[in-house]
Amino acid sequence: MNNILSLFTEEFFYATIRMASPVILAATGEVFLQRSGIINLGMESMVIYGAFFGVLGSALTGSGWMGLAAAMLAGTITGLLYGFIVITLKANQSVTGTAFNIVGIGLTSFLARVIWGIRELPVQVDTIKPWSVPILNKIPFIGHILFDHSPLVYLAYILVGVATFVIFKTTWGLKVRAVGENPRAAASIGINVYAWRYFCAILAGCLASMGGAVLSLVDLNMFVDGMSGGRGYFALATVILGRWHPVGAAIGGLVFGAGNALQMRMQAFGVKIPSDLLLILPFVLAFLAVVIFHGKSSAKPAALAKPYEKEATI
Amino acid sequence: MPTAVKMVNIVKSFPGVLANKNVTLEVEKGEIHALLGENGAGKTTLMNILFGLSQPDSGEIFINDQRVSINSPTDAITHGIGMIHQHFMLIPVFTVTENITLGEHSPKEPLLDLETAKNKILEIGKSAGLHVNPDAKVMDLCVGEQQRVEIIKAIYRGANILIMDEPTSVLTPQETDELFVILHQLTEKGNTILFITHKLREVMAISDRVTVLRDGSLIGTVKTKDTNRNELAKMMVGREVFLTFDKNPTHKEEVVLDLQHVYAKNECGLHALKDVSLQVKGGEILGIAGVDGNGQNELAEVIMGLRPLDRGDILIKQRSVKLNTTRDIIDLGVSCIPFLRQKEGLVLTFSVSENLILKEWHNPPITRKGFFDTKAIIDLSKKLIKEYNIKTTGPNAKVGNMSGGNQQKVVLARELSRNPNLVVACHPTHGLDIGATEYVRQQLLKERERGAAVLLISTELDEIMALCDRIVVLFEGQIMGEVAGEKINVDDIGLMMLGVRQENLHHGTLAVAGCSSAETKRCNVTTTEKDTI
Repeated sequence: MNNILSLFTEEFFYATIRMASPVILAATGEVFLQRSGIINLGMESMVIYGAFFGVLGSALTGSGWMGLAAAMLAGTITGLLYGFIVITLKANQSVTGTAFNIVGIGLTSFLARVIWGIRELPVQVDTIKPWSVPILNKIPFIGHILFDHSPLVYLAYILVGVATFVIFKTTWGLKVRAVGENPRAAASIGINVYAWRYFCAILAGCLASMGGAVLSLVDLNMFVDGMSGGRGYFALATVILGRWHPVGAAIGGLVFGAGNALQMRMQAFGVKIPSDLLLILPFVLAFLAVVIFHGKSSAKPAALAKPYEKEATI
Repeated sequence: MPTAVKMVNIVKSFPGVLANKNVTLEVEKGEIHALLGENGAGKTTLMNILFGLSQPDSGEIFINDQRVSINSPTDAITHGIGMIHQHFMLIPVFTVTENITLGEHSPKEPLLDLETAKNKILEIGKSAGLHVNPDAKVMDLCVGEQQRVEIIKAIYRGANILIMDEPTSVLTPQETDELFVILHQLTEKGNTILFITHKLREVMAISDRVTVLRDGSLIGTVKTKDTNRNELAKMMVGREVFLTFDKNPTHKEEVVLDLQHVYAKNECGLHALKDVSLQVKGGEILGIAGVDGNGQNELAEVIMGLRPLDRGDILIKQRSVKLNTTRDIIDLGVSCIPFLRQKEGLVLTFSVSENLILKEWHNPPITRKGFFDTKAIIDLSKKLIKEYNIKTTGPNAKVGNMSGGNQQKVVLARELSRNPNLVVACHPTHGLDIGATEYVRQQLLKERERGAAVLLISTELDEIMALCDRIVVLFEGQIMGEVAGEKINVDDIGLMMLGVRQENLHHGTLAVAGCSSAETKRCNVTTTEKDTI
């Protein structure tokens, strides 16, 4: 018993906050996108592009921050491409997203080998260093847990608040929600449905790739094949669990972070459970949450996953 | 009188169709001007041009005697034109205020300022007699209230010329009366109303003047008080039409369809039909009246065996069919004219002859020894095309390329040529022009005279009252009452459609149970979503 309690130390909570941040970044973008009526199953690919191009950018420039810029650019382009396929070409969103993921995992592994060759240890690059918030980080117990992180981690949590405000308190948020609920009605009063959906697609791509950059430039200092590890899918689940609300999605992200942190500590403590089994812990938690909350999805945007076609005017 | 709207020599063509041929329309300020015509006559095209949704090939538009060019709805709104669409352009999960302010510049841009907006809405409501709770969610409002929200939305945006596209198609008679009162109040305040419709009764009831379109051409503009229904119908169709039907007495004895305390659930697991009991005899037409979405679809589906019964029993010719398949029910001589002819009644990519044999394909002479007899199929098709007057290039023409009226004739030919014992007809004339409507109604009367039992589900009260021997009113899946024969009172039916039980009708207790359930509509939305993800 003593043993189990000792898993939940200050370090555990610190790791939870850190490990939740990539999922929260991706989920925040996805909340916007789904609110505008598009489901992005391809987030996993955007996370891994962020991880890969973050490292590539950092390797080329020698700066972790430039790496982040490269990751965001990659996410923007991927989001734009996804938008083009599902908004303009009106392709099936689930199929497109799945295809994006398959390509993303394969392409990044391939490019890593082409650029850096096959090595025993991946190339190590400059990272984004932690920045402790002065004074606040001296608060007993929570100071370290909350205020000794990388700026990107803080940003993830700040964006949750910003997103909530934008979605529910501004005219922009009202338009995004209108576009996702009834695009025809939105268009009838002069709202540009396509433009808003493109904007959300780009935002979602950009934020998911920032989440990827956290993995490769904050948690580590290198790119590892398939390092997104299902975080894109997880972010998707948290959006649905969180009732399409940024705060709800962030709580889902924290569940993931906690599961992941717990899993790592149990391994480190030598708990006699196969590590593969421990790795699925966060997903089991998410699955349980889905089962518990199933069927209460009244907040779901009514036009989700339905391409918008301008009315034929005969 | 100054003119509010003048459209001169408007020409608009779509690939293969000339939708407006030199149409000129003049609307005086402060009048209610009806735009009358059949489906496809060009009314909606003309109004879409006025509202900037499409651009004319040639022609000029004047608003308040100023020449204008309207390239988008935004331009139209700038010129004070508002459009209330037939299918409301509202977002169900938003509040009334959110719906009305959506897309408008907020005084605190980019922040929302719902308080200021709310006051403005209440002000408009007070001055124009449009009462609605600004904090209510649109999904919790009745259809009539939703329409008021649409009207406020247009006025909020500064509209003083309102285009209303078939505004009464979703309303009960009482709600229609309320709307008419509102429209009169609006015109007294100097607003101008353009009222698109194909219902003659409404033109006579509300409009000051009528402009009639046919096949994209202007037939004429007349003062309502100088004309009558028959004359307008003639202008609309181009020939004499019969607005009333002669019903011959028939011999009604055998009960063909017998529903006993039927319960059935909808996709959300809620009861869509609650304790429905009714009988239809051979030689009689029983009408089911009600606002759309009150269990009519489910009623047709349980009879056809397409939806499981929760409780109760259904007897066709004294035989219980609750455990039978749809095929068995069809073979008992049950025909159905479904709600959505293009989705449920026809396979649009199939030819006329393929569609005609959809129900009898497995029986001789169409199939012999397991193979289709092509010659028999073509012969049968040619016979039906002639008999039912289907306008087509031949049995091999694709049904998808035909007009709505001709498509419905294909359905009728298939369903009625089987000499059914029971016909379940769901909105059989929906979207058809007067000529085709007249034809369909006559065919149903023919079936009645032949001795078939007909169950007619329709939201058009005129249709039900013209054809039916008895009328049953459905509200939220329950039967509110039944009226028969000569004693039919429209107001009573209207009240029952709003949820007043027949036994309470004349007690002076107008305890309206509620409005047409928004919950069920929301349910339908979510079920279609499930299919797409």
